[in-house]
Amino acid sequence: MINKLVKSAREAVVDIFDGATVMISGFGEAGSPIELIHALIDQGANKLTIVSNNTGSGNVGLAALIENKQVKKMICSFPRTANSTVFPDLYRKGEIELELVPQGTLAERIRAAGAGIPAYYTQTSVNTPLAQNKELRIFNKKAYVLEYAIKADFSLVKCHAADRYGNLIYNKTARNFGPIMCTAAKTTIVQARKILELGQIDPECVVTPGIFVKRVVEVADPADESKLVAENRRYPWN
Amino acid sequence: MAQKVAMDIHDGAYVNLGIGMPELVADFIPEGREVIYHTENGLLGMGKAPQPGCEDPELINAGKKCVTAIPGACYFHHADSFTMIRGGHIDVCVLGALQISEEGDLANWSTGEPGAVPAVGGAMDLVAGVQTIFVITQHCMKNGQAKIVKQCTYPLTGKNVVNRIYSNLAIIDVIEKKLFVRELARGVTFGYLQKNTDAKLFKNSGEQL
Repeated sequence: MINKLVKSAREAVVDIFDGATVMISGFGEAGSPIELIHALIDQGANKLTIVSNNTGSGNVGLAALIENKQVKKMICSFPRTANSTVFPDLYRKGEIELELVPQGTLAERIRAAGAGIPAYYTQTSVNTPLAQNKELRIFNKKAYVLEYAIKADFSLVKCHAADRYGNLIYNKTARNFGPIMCTAAKTTIVQARKILELGQIDPECVVTPGIFVKRVVEVADPADESKLVAENRRYPWN
Repeated sequence: MAQKVAMDIHDGAYVNLGIGMPELVADFIPEGREVIYHTENGLLGMGKAPQPGCEDPELINAGKKCVTAIPGACYFHHADSFTMIRGGHIDVCVLGALQISEEGDLANWSTGEPGAVPAVGGAMDLVAGVQTIFVITQHCMKNGQAKIVKQCTYPLTGKNVVNRIYSNLAIIDVIEKKLFVRELARGVTFGYLQKNTDAKLFKNSGEQL
């Protein structure tokens, strides 16, 4: 029998090891798996390389993971946003590495990894500082830069609903990086608001096929990051 | 400015509006034109801001502000969203600028200052992939320094990518690596415009000002 459901976020992240590369879904707070991130803080793995579009806000979620000194390196497109202070402070002190990647390049490098493509060429960033020291090649008289796939050991993803096979559907723009990150990790761990019976998700509407998912935990009422930030909450809970 | 940009967006266009001033363009699309807004975090068919109290933190735009979705909208993941951008499927993108060169180079993501935390988002993808790039900007910086220059000193977002500049002083086309003044704002003379521009300007006829 296939049953990818696990009982707790704690159980879901138990094997994340020191030095792992971990993808975290979300665009700002939309789609950020905050309960899984908090479980990773409790679990304590460190020297992590985190792949995520942003670096979190306030002192909860991804920002709290960074503040807890568990992150060695961030791979992201936009490391500063409103209410984002933890990463910028550490970065200015030279205490955290940053690989800055254009957003579409980030998405495509993740997608490529999931599809078994080791590298690809793109026009994005040609003639800019982000293409420095990268291989260029001309196709049809235009220059393209070589970009390598990003593979992860783990992906932490938030979705709307899942079944025990790991089929997933998402909610609105909280989908963002979730589907591609599910494909690019050896172990994909998902938090879902709802667990549905097999067959309750219309096969025509499945966004992430269950083959890409290893574990699912139900988090029926996920925290609202901006609310926590507005209330000056920090994790571990103050 | 936003109104001028809106007038140049054709019926049926798929449009990506950058964060800030470009967002205002949506308010000025003439009646009768149907324009579909793309936001790169994963929505085609972005609508107006929600009524207070109806915000959904999982329905946001690229600036992470709450938005709505129009009837006929669709959601998709990031690889699909940037397939739309990088694959040349978006017709028009309206962006802000720090500097624009006379050859249409754009710098809009970093001042390159030491200590600044660099952040690029989707800007480089947009200028590389979208067919038509409109820039909407104040003509000069707050300190009076020119933004339209011979060569950008800030780190580039893309080279030879800008098609048209809409500033508070003029509308300027970039054609074959030259700047042609298309329209002057009311009360602005060619001389005044050239004085506030650190690059050669040409009249539409091709004559240098």
